[in-house]
Amino acid sequence: MIQSQLVMQQEDFDRVLGIIQRLVRDANAKGVFVVDKAGQLIGEAGELRGIDSTSLASLTAGCIAATGGLAKILGEEEFPTHFHQGERDNLHMTLVGDRMILVIVFDERSSLGLVRLRVKKAGGELAKLFEDIRKKSETHVALGHSSPFAEITDDDIDNLFS
Amino acid sequence: MSFINYSSREINCKIVYYGPGLCGKTTNLQHIYQKTNPDVKGKMISLATETERTLFFDFLPLALGEIRGFKTRFHLYTVPGQVFYDASRKLILKGVDGVVFVADSQIERMEANIESLDNLKVNLKEQGYDLRKIPYVVQYNKRDVPNAAPLAELRRLLNPGGAPEFEACATTGQGVFETLKAVAKGVLTDLKKMGS
Repeated sequence: MIQSQLVMQQEDFDRVLGIIQRLVRDANAKGVFVVDKAGQLIGEAGELRGIDSTSLASLTAGCIAATGGLAKILGEEEFPTHFHQGERDNLHMTLVGDRMILVIVFDERSSLGLVRLRVKKAGGELAKLFEDIRKKSETHVALGHSSPFAEITDDDIDNLFS
Repeated sequence: MSFINYSSREINCKIVYYGPGLCGKTTNLQHIYQKTNPDVKGKMISLATETERTLFFDFLPLALGEIRGFKTRFHLYTVPGQVFYDASRKLILKGVDGVVFVADSQIERMEANIESLDNLKVNLKEQGYDLRKIPYVVQYNKRDVPNAAPLAELRRLLNPGGAPEFEACATTGQGVFETLKAVAKGVLTDLKKMGS
């Protein structure tokens, strides 16, 4: 099914950041990322800021999509939680609502149990928040509010390539 | 599905290069990667087999500049062209904002082109998209080969709807940026329509 455009206002973005910054602390994580299923990075927090988070987002979405495909072959709707164990760092990915993925990177300072526990609460909060954002977007459109991009001219677009 | 972030003032869009196996989708991205400034591109990722065939996708993030104070970021993806990777192709089309169909001009690849285009239509439809309604550009690649089909024939079979089309030779770069510009323009024009 086609998904509507995601529009995130400053206050919503701050709320997302608030939740994932708290998750970094509560789960003793190195980094937390929120990625949408199409591979766009929505937000990041923790000491891993500065890594190639764009690639991380794209590969996360690819990984989740591929595993989702496997789930369907087996008659499952999804595999909502993924865990990858490395020598030093571990990766925990959880589906949040129907279009977001919560990614946590952690090392020996934390544990899978703690991460799972903290993700459960933060994931629930994020799912609710993204549902609010979706509804807000729909109301915005229904009320006839136009986006700033309505005023983009052909010249603006051409200037990008000049 | 484009993502507009008012906090970081960014627009993020996803463009997918589709087409039959060995038509030059990855070569398009490689050329773009080689010829763009380091400060506007991210790392190119290729999930390929040992024989350099695309296994899942190639990915190249590009920042094209600002429009009305918003940074425009385009994420370019290719799909694996080989017929048996259809499940992967469907996944990569999720959330797409614009599509480039890369056709192989060689006469003997005409069937493969037609099959791939039909496959694109089916896979888009499964996700609720209609090829006639999304930003879409056709690229006739490998125009330099001696056995290239006439342009009129390619157009008749692969682009009866008259989408923007470009002749290309991705190995030398001819037509690569023209194709990218056309699809990016289509995506931004779409965004403008959605906003008005």
